[in-house]
Amino acid sequence: MTLHPMGIELLQLILLPLLAPAFVGWVKIVKCRMQGRTSPGLLQPYRDIRRLFIKDVVLADNASWIFRVTPYLAFGVILMTAGIIPLISVDLPLAATADIIALVMLFAIVRFFTALAGMDIGTAFGGMGSSREMMISSLAEPAMLMAIFTVSLASSSTSLTQMVSVMANGHFMIRPSLAFSLIAFILIALAETGRIPVDNPATHLELTMIHEAMILEYSGRYLALIEWAGMMKLMVFFSLGIAAFLPWGIAGSGDPLSLLLRGLFFVAKLAVGGVVMVLIETGLAKMRIFRLPEYLGSAFLLATLGMIAFFILE
Amino acid sequence: MSPLDIAGFSVLLLLGGALCAMLLSRFERMLVPAAFSLATLASLATATAGFLAVLQGTNHAATVAMGLPGLPFNLRLDPLAGFFLVVIGLLSTFVSLYSIGYLRAYLGKRPVTRLVVCYLLFLAGMSLVVLADDAYFFLLAWELMAASSYFLVMYEDEQAANRRAAFLYLLVAHVGAIAILLAFGIMAGLTTGGASFSNYTFDAMRAGALSPGWAAGAFFLAFFGFAAKAGVIPLHVWLPEAHPVAPSNVSALMSGIMLKTSIYGMMRVAFDLLHGFPWWWGGIVLCFGLVSAVMGVLYALMQHDLKRLLAYHSVENIGIILIGLGLSMIFTSFNFQSLAALALVASLYHTLNHALFKGLLFMGAGAVIHATHEKNMEEMGGLIHLLPWTSALFLVGCISIAGLPPFNGFVSEWLTFQALLLSPALPHPLLKLLVPLAASLLALTGALAAACFVKAFGVTFLGAWRGHRKKEQIGEVAFSMRLGMLLAALSCLALGVLPTLVMGWMDTVPLKLCGARIATSAGRFGWLWLTPYSHERASYSGPVVFFGLIAVVAATYLLLHVRRTAIRRAPLWDCGFERITPRMQYTATAFAMPIRRVFGFFFSIREQLELISPQNHPVMADSLHFRLRVRDRFWNWFYEPLSDIAFWIARRVGRLQQGRIQIYLLYSFVTLIVLLAFLG
Repeated sequence: MTLHPMGIELLQLILLPLLAPAFVGWVKIVKCRMQGRTSPGLLQPYRDIRRLFIKDVVLADNASWIFRVTPYLAFGVILMTAGIIPLISVDLPLAATADIIALVMLFAIVRFFTALAGMDIGTAFGGMGSSREMMISSLAEPAMLMAIFTVSLASSSTSLTQMVSVMANGHFMIRPSLAFSLIAFILIALAETGRIPVDNPATHLELTMIHEAMILEYSGRYLALIEWAGMMKLMVFFSLGIAAFLPWGIAGSGDPLSLLLRGLFFVAKLAVGGVVMVLIETGLAKMRIFRLPEYLGSAFLLATLGMIAFFILE
Repeated sequence: MSPLDIAGFSVLLLLGGALCAMLLSRFERMLVPAAFSLATLASLATATAGFLAVLQGTNHAATVAMGLPGLPFNLRLDPLAGFFLVVIGLLSTFVSLYSIGYLRAYLGKRPVTRLVVCYLLFLAGMSLVVLADDAYFFLLAWELMAASSYFLVMYEDEQAANRRAAFLYLLVAHVGAIAILLAFGIMAGLTTGGASFSNYTFDAMRAGALSPGWAAGAFFLAFFGFAAKAGVIPLHVWLPEAHPVAPSNVSALMSGIMLKTSIYGMMRVAFDLLHGFPWWWGGIVLCFGLVSAVMGVLYALMQHDLKRLLAYHSVENIGIILIGLGLSMIFTSFNFQSLAALALVASLYHTLNHALFKGLLFMGAGAVIHATHEKNMEEMGGLIHLLPWTSALFLVGCISIAGLPPFNGFVSEWLTFQALLLSPALPHPLLKLLVPLAASLLALTGALAAACFVKAFGVTFLGAWRGHRKKEQIGEVAFSMRLGMLLAALSCLALGVLPTLVMGWMDTVPLKLCGARIATSAGRFGWLWLTPYSHERASYSGPVVFFGLIAVVAATYLLLHVRRTAIRRAPLWDCGFERITPRMQYTATAFAMPIRRVFGFFFSIREQLELISPQNHPVMADSLHFRLRVRDRFWNWFYEPLSDIAFWIARRVGRLQQGRIQIYLLYSFVTLIVLLAFLG
C-alpha cells in the first residue's frame, strides 16, 4: 500500500504546525541545560499557544485592517511553505508551486506585512522594530541569494525537490562549495529567524527588541498565531537547510512504514540541528545592530567563496 | 482592419481631439470629461492594436505621403512595437479615466485647456515613437513627446522651482535627442554609402552592415540618448525634479510609459537595426542597469516627498529592466538563443509591470495629495482610516513594486533572477563569476525596495494623522479616480497570477528579436505552472500561491471563529508609556536612518543637531532642532563641475560681446576676410 502524493502533501501540512512548538520546546530544553537552568519542558510552547488562544483580544483604538489581517497572513503563508519544502518526501504535487527563490520571497511577504503591522498603531517602538527588521533583511537577502545560487550550481536547479533528488541519488562527493554556503546559510538563517546574535527572541528590553517590537501590541489569538507562525518559521528554515545541504533520507517510496521511518529520521536531524543552534546561541552574545553589516557581509563573502570554489574545484 | 489601421485611427483620434480641445477652451467643465473619455477610447484602441499585433506575430507596414517631399513617413507595427503599444495603451486607459476626476480640482482655479491639449498630444507622440519606421519620423515623434511633456511639467508654472525642473528636463531631453540624432546619422550615413535619401528608413539600416567600430559608436550614442530619457544613473537628475512638480496623472504617464519608449528605442537599435554585436555591449548595459537599480532605490529611501520617492523608484526599475536587456544582449552575442529570449522576456515583462504599478502608485500619490494637500509624507499618517479605497489600492502597488508574490513585480524579478542564474552556461570565465554577483545586487535592490515601501506606506497611511489640516476635511477621492486605480491594481494582480498566459501571448517578440521562444509551461495543467526554462530547473505557480493563500488564510480565520471571542478596543499600550502624541510616531527620516548609516558613503549627508536651552545647559533643553540634508552625490560629482565649466566657457565667450556696433562690424569684416582667404 502506498500513500497518494496528495496524502503526503497533507501529512506535511499537518506535521509542520504540530511539530513546530515541540521543536521550539526542545531548543529551550537544551538551552536551559546548557545554561544550568531547569527547563519548562517540551510541551510549554503548546501551553503558551493554548493560553493565548483562550484569552480575549485587546485591540488598540486606531488599529486598521492591516493589523488584523497580518497574523492570519503570516500563519497562512508559513503553513503553505510546508506543502512546498520536501520534509519527508520529494513526491509532492504542489512542490512546483515555488522554487527556492520564490520561497524566500514568500517569507518576505510575511516580513513586509509584519513590518506594516508594527507601524500601524503609531508607536515609536513599532516603527523602530519595522525599520530595523527591514534593514537586516535588506542585508541578508543578497547573501541568501548567493548561498542559494551556490547550492543550485551543484544540481543546476533552484527547485527544492530537484535539488534533493539530484543530491541524494547522485554519487556522494565532498563539495567544498557546499561547506562554504552551509556556513553562510546558517548565519543568514539566524538573522532571518531572529535568533542570537542578531535578535534575541526572549528579550523585552525596549531598545534591543527587533521582532518583538513589531508585535508588541498584539494579544490573544492574534499573538498566538504570530507566535505559532514564528515557531513554524524556525522549523521551516531548518527544513530548508536539511533539504538543501543534508538531503539524504528525504526521497523514497510512499508506503506508510517507509514514510514513518523517514519522518523519524527527519525529526532526528531537526533535533541535532537544534543542538547546534543552541551551541551557537549560548556561545555568542547579541550583537550591536550596526555590527550586523559586518556579520551579514561575512555571510555574503562566504557564499561567494563557495561559488568561486565551485567554479575552480568542481 | 489590420492592427496598424487601428493604431493609426487611435492616433488620429488623439490629434483630432487635441485640435477640438483648443476650440472648446471656453467650455472647460464639459471639455474635461469629453476629452478624457476620448483619450480612454483611443488608448483602448491603441492597446487592442498592440495586442493583435503581438498575437499575430506579423509585421504591418505603411507609408504616409506626408512630411517633406521625397521623405514620406514610414510606419510599421511589428510584435516589439505592438508590445509597447499595449504598455502605452493599457496604462493610458487607466490614467485617462483617473484624469476625469483628478482634473476637476483644477476647474475654476486655472485654465485646464493647455493641460488637456498637451496630454492628448503626448499620448499621440508616444504611440508614434513606437510606430515610426524611419529615423526622420521617429525623431519628429520623439520631439512631439518631449515638447508636450515639457509643457505638462510646466503646468503649474507660477513657482520658480517648477520652471527650473521643467527646464532641466528639457535640457537633458535635448542632449539625449542630439545623441540619438547622431546615432541615426551614423547608421544612415555609413551603412551603404549614404548617396540616396532612402537610407533614413529603418529598413535600409536593417539591410546594411556597419563596421564594428562605427556600430559600437552608433549603439552607445543611441544608448546615451535613450538613457538620458529613461533616467539611467548618472543621467537621472531631471527625474526626481520633474515628476513631483507635474500633475499626478502626467507623472503617472511619464514614469509609467514615457520612460519605456526609451527602453523600446534601445531594443530597436540593438536587436533590430544593428543585429550582431560583441558581448561587452551587453555587459555595459548590464552595469548601468545595476548601478541604476541599487543607487535608485537607495536614494528613494532617503526621500520623504511621496512623488520624489516614486521618481527615484523609476530609476531603480529602469535599472532592473536594463539588467534583463543587458543580459539578453550578452546571451545573444554568445548565440544562446533561448536564454536570450528568457532574459528579454524578463525585461519586457518588467517593462509592462512597471508601467502598471508605477502608474498605480503615482495615481495613488496624486489621490493622497489631492485629499490632504500635502506632499511631504512626514505630515501625513493614518490615512488608511480616511481613504480606505486609495490606501488599499496603493498597498497593491507597494506589494507589486516590492516584488512580492503573488503580484506582478515578483514574476518579472523572478524571471530576471532565473536568467541571471543561468549565466554559468556562458563560456567566458569572467562573466561566469560576475553575473551571479549581479544577481545578488538585484536581491539587494528588491529587499531595499521592500524596506522603502514599508516606509512609504507605513508613514503615509498607517499610524495616526500628523498633518495640520483637520482630519474631518479629508475624504475619499472621486469615483473615476478610484476606478482608474482599481483597474490598474487588478491588472497588477492578473499579471502576477497568470503569467503563463501573458508570456504565451508575448512569445512572438523574442521569436522575432532573438530567434527563440521560451518554454512557458509544462505538464498537463500548463497554464498553472510557469517553467521558463525547463520544469527541472525552476517553476512557479501564481494561481496556486494566490488561491492557496486565500484558502489557507480563510480556513485559519474560520477555524478560529467557531467560538465567538470578543474584541475589546482599548488605547494603545506601547510598553505602558502614557500620553502618546502623533508627533512621537516613527518618522520617515527615522525609518531610513539605519540604512542611511549602513550605506552612508553613497550620499552626501549633512546632519546638524542644535540644543536650545535657556542657560545653555546641556541637559535642560527647551527644544531640539535636527536638520538633515541628504543629497544625491551625482550633483557634486558630475553636474556641478559640468555647469561650472559651462559658465566658465560662457563667460570667456561673453567677452566677445561688447555691445558696440563698431566691434560687431569688425567681427563681420574679419570673418569675411578669413573666409575669403581660405575659400577663395
